[in-house]
Amino acid sequence: MTRQETKTPVPASTESGTLLSVRGLEKQFQMKAVRGKSGRKRVVQAVSDVSFDVAPGETLGLVGESGSGKTTVGRCVLRLIEPTSGQVWFEGVDLAQLSFEELRVVRRKMQIVFQDPYASLDPKMTVGASIAEPLVVQGVGGDHNEKVVSLLELVGLSADHARRFPHEFSGGQRQRIGVARALALDPALIVLDEPVSALDVSIQAGVVNLFNDLQSRLGMSYIFIAHDLSVVRHTADRVAVMYLGKIMEIGDAETVYEHPTHPYTKALLSAVPLPNPRVERSRNRIMLEGDVPSPVNPPSGCRFRTRCWKATDLCAMQEPALEVRAHGQLSACHHPEG
Amino acid sequence: MPGLTQGSDLTDELLLPTVSPRRMAFDRFVGHRAAVVSVFVLGTMVLFVALSPLTARYGVNEAVQAPPNYFLSPRGIAWLGTDDIGRDLYSRLIYGVRVSLIIGFFSAIISVVIGCVVGAVAGFRGGRFDDITMRVTDLFLAFPFLVTLLVMRNMLGAIDWLRPIMGDISSVRFIIVLFAIFGWMGVARIVRGQVLALKEREFIEAARAVGATRWYIVRRHLLPNSVGPIMVALTFSVVSAIVGEATLAFFGYGPQAGAGATSLGILVGQAKGAVNTGFWWLALFPCLVLVTIALSINFIGDALRDATDPRMQKDA
Amino acid sequence: MSEPILQIRDLTVTFATPLGPLVAVRGVDLDVGAGELVAVVGESGSGKSVSFLAAMGLLPSTATVHGSVMLDGVQLVGASAKQMRSVRGRLLSMIFQDPLSALNPVHRIGAQISEMLRAHQKMSERAARARAVELLEVVGIPQPGDRAMQYPHEFSGGMRQRVVIAMAIANSPKVLIADEPTTALDVTVQAQILEVIQKVQKQFGTAVVLITHDLGVVARVCDRVNVMYAGRFVERAAVTDLFDAPTHPYTRGLLASLPQAGKERLVPIVGFPPNMLRPPSGCAFRARCADAVSDCEHAVPELRAVGAAQSACIRAAELMQPR
Repeated sequence: MTRQETKTPVPASTESGTLLSVRGLEKQFQMKAVRGKSGRKRVVQAVSDVSFDVAPGETLGLVGESGSGKTTVGRCVLRLIEPTSGQVWFEGVDLAQLSFEELRVVRRKMQIVFQDPYASLDPKMTVGASIAEPLVVQGVGGDHNEKVVSLLELVGLSADHARRFPHEFSGGQRQRIGVARALALDPALIVLDEPVSALDVSIQAGVVNLFNDLQSRLGMSYIFIAHDLSVVRHTADRVAVMYLGKIMEIGDAETVYEHPTHPYTKALLSAVPLPNPRVERSRNRIMLEGDVPSPVNPPSGCRFRTRCWKATDLCAMQEPALEVRAHGQLSACHHPEG
Repeated sequence: MPGLTQGSDLTDELLLPTVSPRRMAFDRFVGHRAAVVSVFVLGTMVLFVALSPLTARYGVNEAVQAPPNYFLSPRGIAWLGTDDIGRDLYSRLIYGVRVSLIIGFFSAIISVVIGCVVGAVAGFRGGRFDDITMRVTDLFLAFPFLVTLLVMRNMLGAIDWLRPIMGDISSVRFIIVLFAIFGWMGVARIVRGQVLALKEREFIEAARAVGATRWYIVRRHLLPNSVGPIMVALTFSVVSAIVGEATLAFFGYGPQAGAGATSLGILVGQAKGAVNTGFWWLALFPCLVLVTIALSINFIGDALRDATDPRMQKDA
Repeated sequence: MSEPILQIRDLTVTFATPLGPLVAVRGVDLDVGAGELVAVVGESGSGKSVSFLAAMGLLPSTATVHGSVMLDGVQLVGASAKQMRSVRGRLLSMIFQDPLSALNPVHRIGAQISEMLRAHQKMSERAARARAVELLEVVGIPQPGDRAMQYPHEFSGGMRQRVVIAMAIANSPKVLIADEPTTALDVTVQAQILEVIQKVQKQFGTAVVLITHDLGVVARVCDRVNVMYAGRFVERAAVTDLFDAPTHPYTRGLLASLPQAGKERLVPIVGFPPNMLRPPSGCAFRARCADAVSDCEHAVPELRAVGAAQSACIRAAELMQPR
């Protein structure tokens, strides 16, 4: 695991085999309308000093609750949102230095699948046209129809679905169409933004399997953003747990799940109800008090301290840095577990 | 490959022919009876007017042959009566409606085109351009429409170098341009609102993620998904122009009789004198026609709005 | 069980759509005992929400409701609007997935709760406000006196849901219907809300019908489970029995598709829910069922006792295998 250094530029090409390198990513949103009590414009600290790597063919799970900033990170990586500061190195190139045209070329290699199957497809375009759109926009030659058909079959749909409109499909099918579209340009990295959250459980399973199968077959990397820990466990090689814009813990997936060292990770794992009544009712649950604080005014020091049962004065004064723990994962805590 | 296929995906639903959103909107439109009737009424009117050499019985300034020929009530030689100098009201109505419809449609189309471009750009780019544009729009919308129209008419009519573009102050062309200049604001607002709502939808983000340019997104995604509100804006612009023209003419500022032209507004204006003197046909028929046109277009506009309302579109 | 507080018999709900009649609920029976916490489990399109919206009389006029819903001896199907207004909020309450839509953004929280109280009980303004603060305390809102003066937008999602629960139990209803109350909440908050619901259940003796698709939630808090598919109940069981030995292929499919610890492959249920405009003959699940036989095409299966549970699968007994 790379030792995290904040805001130090690390040229990705010297790191063997890293596809994506994010260093010191920050994103703040200005809230236009409302001014805070002090009269200044309120600023939402969506993402603060986030750094991670993604290797080729690997899945990084990005989990967190609302306000954790995970969705913003995904969008910043693809530059759908401009980061306030920080660097994103993709295949050795710093994306911030690229012009619109150069970025356009890079966009072929990184794609996204959205959460809401009902809003991610243009209702006025046929499914085939939506899937072919990346090819059209990027000016790819050749027979688009053939490519569309092969993509549809790759995601488990059939050729004659191409001429139909999105409203004729179920949620799960629409997600598959979204995946087909994301695959059109053979990307090396796909950001999956809560791709199964809006689907029924029995359909989720099929789509999750699809992701895994496609990865085995085509070798792309995923950033799998989700709030559902159990789903992430099935696809992720590594996991990063985020809270209020910061990474609390990051490491190999099984390690983090089996030996969480950050109190928040433990609480999160504990909160997920297990579909097994005996185990579920007899286990010790960690109940967190209160709600996730507002990202406009994050707590000083460690952001989790207001809900942490281990918080001390040190936690309020000094923000903990990510440090290596027993099994190789990194976590940011003054009083780590385990 | 196992697990990749959905197995029995093909329920009997997929054996049905595909239903495009356009088709669904059409079906919904057809469900509004008032609108369908209006389409027929308007259509008939347009047909009559288009075939005016055939349907009109007399020329626009031609007097009927009958001593005396003035202020005749409806009868055989003049179906809707005659006016003060013996001209057949029925024929004059046909020519008048033709002029009014031309004014209505052309000025509406021009305003809508201008409004679409301005609204789409303002909505999509946001920022300062949007702020400035909207304040200009608000400024114009703040003035009472007719007063502004009258003032601008006189002002613009007096500017010599505009004459080749806009035509003479009393011409039809002038009125079309006048309405177009002052009619685009409402459309711009509507289109801007729609674009703002659509901008954040994920399929737009998807297009951006693929590297689409702003212009591509406006052309391929935003405008097609705004067709509903745009068409509604179009219909209401038409009504606004027609009624506006009628009002202007009522006060004597419409296209002048000049080369024998007349308009619905002028005919309605001539009704002024007729009311007191009891020549009811001169007032009744022009007003009836005006109301019918306005109502029909309104019904059609309402039905179009319902038909294209995205909330009412079937979603799984 | 002693006389159930809520008794639903043969409930059928049909919607008139431009494409023809859509039967969303096809003959549903349910008993809920006083103070029980019962789960109704199903996925989208199963009819679980519609059934209870029908009981509450909250369906649009395009819906036709047949059958019987007896709440503490009062027949709700076909009751007049006036009767239903008297029942809702007093005998029967419902809370939904999105707490924000249940709260009026321009009124303070305390006022909204007292309005609820005074709608059904004779109370002075002052007494109602005091009671509102008490209720906020019951549902675990800190500094209830201060927070009663705040507006909905000043509360977070979890807090809003607590407020909605407070409103729902203000008049000590006999039955509370909770339609996916935790689905839109963060997982750490979910647990809190479930605790509040259980607390309310015990303190007020309210029976709770928990509508959900989340089997983890069911495992945590429910005593009995009813599984719904395509407008009908297909399995009823005590919670441990359901998870240990499910008697219906759909339930088995649901359990198999859940992500479990360890990275074996997930097992989806192939195909998807039937089109309720043209429901299939016989068992609605047979198109997706690995155990279907030709008999499954014929009669729509009724719930039959299989051990301690009830199952609508005609092959339940022969297919039983402990998990």
